[in-house]
Amino acid sequence: MSTPVPISLVVNGEAHDLVVPPRKLLSDVLREDLNLTGTHVGCEHGVCGACTILIDGRPARACLTYAVQLEGHELTTIEAVAEGDTLSPLQQALHEEHGLQCGFCTAGIVMTFEAYLRENPAPSEAEVRDVLSGNLCRCTGYQNIVTAVLKAAEAMRGGRGA
Amino acid sequence: MKPAPFTYHRPASVREALELLARYGADAKPVSGGQSLGPMLNMRLARPAHLVDLNDLLELDYVRNTGGVIEIGGLTRHHRVASAPEIGRDLPLLAEAAATIGHYAIRQRGTLGGSLVHADPAAQLPLVAVTLGAEVVLRSAKGERSVPADEFVQSIMTVDLADDEIVTAVRFPQQLADEGSAFDLFSRRHGDFAIVSVALTLRLDPAGAICALRLGLGGVGPVPQRQTGVEQEAIGCLPDAETAARLARAAAAAITPEDHPQVPAAYRRELVETLTARAFLRAAKRAGVTA
Ligand SMILES: Cc1cc2nc3c(=O)[nH]c(=O)nc-3n(C[C@H](O)[C@H](O)[C@H](O)COP(=O)(O)OP(=O)(O)OC[C@H]3O[C@@H](n4cnc5c(N)ncnc54)[C@H](O)[C@@H]3O)c2cc1C
Ligand code: FES
Ligand code: FES
Repeated sequence: MSTPVPISLVVNGEAHDLVVPPRKLLSDVLREDLNLTGTHVGCEHGVCGACTILIDGRPARACLTYAVQLEGHELTTIEAVAEGDTLSPLQQALHEEHGLQCGFCTAGIVMTFEAYLRENPAPSEAEVRDVLSGNLCRCTGYQNIVTAVLKAAEAMRGGRGA
Repeated sequence: MKPAPFTYHRPASVREALELLARYGADAKPVSGGQSLGPMLNMRLARPAHLVDLNDLLELDYVRNTGGVIEIGGLTRHHRVASAPEIGRDLPLLAEAAATIGHYAIRQRGTLGGSLVHADPAAQLPLVAVTLGAEVVLRSAKGERSVPADEFVQSIMTVDLADDEIVTAVRFPQQLADEGSAFDLFSRRHGDFAIVSVALTLRLDPAGAICALRLGLGGVGPVPQRQTGVEQEAIGCLPDAETAARLARAAAAAITPEDHPQVPAAYRRELVETLTARAFLRAAKRAGVTA
């Protein structure tokens, strides 16, 4: 039962052939098999949001999916958000507004809002706070994250912003 | 926090999925969004030998209006239920409730079928299904049957589902255009499971009095409860603040919540009263009351 199985995963546009036990969490496969340690792991039951990545462009908890489920899907992790040394507008805004301290929660927040701002480019502060409720941050108190997301949204709409 | 070993199956069709479930019976579990089963597997509260993944069954991800009945496929994600324009129009109560489930990322994965089968006593979708009188459509390799939502949900996390069956769809009666509805809940942290939730619909007669009201409460017992006594009491009343307060008190008196150290029964009653009044006034406004 549960012998390792061969799978092919497309992560950040690159295909990887792996052999993994079916019960291995996607978060663990990303970190251990693919060395993509930008995806953090906090609670492993969906609550903290640290492990949030994109599956076919939509945010999802990597700790609530098994890598074996994701053959044929496009995965995006924090490693693909910046282009070389150029931060995305969202990352830039988090940097400028001090939207992070220890950074443990940051990758999950970036992935969540990279997707959300594409769906809703002009969110209200209340909407940003609603979405941010899915990502726990033990350091910042959230205020600067909210400011940064709103600033990033403006920048991405082509306003002055970042 | 790692699941026990399992064998993974990825059926390409509903038929194939049903054959797998028939073959492995109680040793198998279907997985949809994994937003409830995932935590249970990771914490080893569930240890199925076989996991049957329903995520490729895209034919179960749909919204269809069949003459007054809105049928929604079992694999339809919460986010789609919350944001599809046709659901916002024809089932505003369902859309409003779905938008409050967990968090944005959770709603991208979690499904209607999974939520009904998981049957958390505080969950939004079973409450709305019971309040609106929806039917749950179940299929096995042997055939199809449908069960009224209030019979489907039997107790805490216990539903009328055989090991070889899946929920293929839920059929909701379309809400009427002149019907006002509202959903409200209270949780200690935004996005947590609600302590109490309220689903309410109402209609007014030409004279402006209430001619129909449905009130469902979540989190007050093992399963969502329709408050038929309160519903009848509302008939003929004006949809004003006084009626709101009276019905809310009646709803609070009608429940027999458990006394829990963190959530005393009296506290739950007060939540029911506050949320019922609030939902009532919001629904009344949507039914056309301007005052
Ligand atoms: C952080 C967090 C917060 C949450 N907050 C809320 C909340 O506030 N309110 C709320 O209602 N839910 C909440 N949830 C749970 C979420 O709504 C789940 O999506 C839902 O309960 C189950 O749907 P699923 O598709 O993820 O099912 P899964 O987790 O895949 O499965 C759940 C159960 O249903 C069975 N199953 C799944 N699909 C089918 C099917 N089609 N036919 C038969 N059996 C099936 C599985 O075998 C399993 O027993 C939360 C989850 C998390 C992680
Ligand atoms: S580690 Fe996945 S949500 Fe916390
Ligand atoms: S910056 Fe430390 S947890 Fe958010």
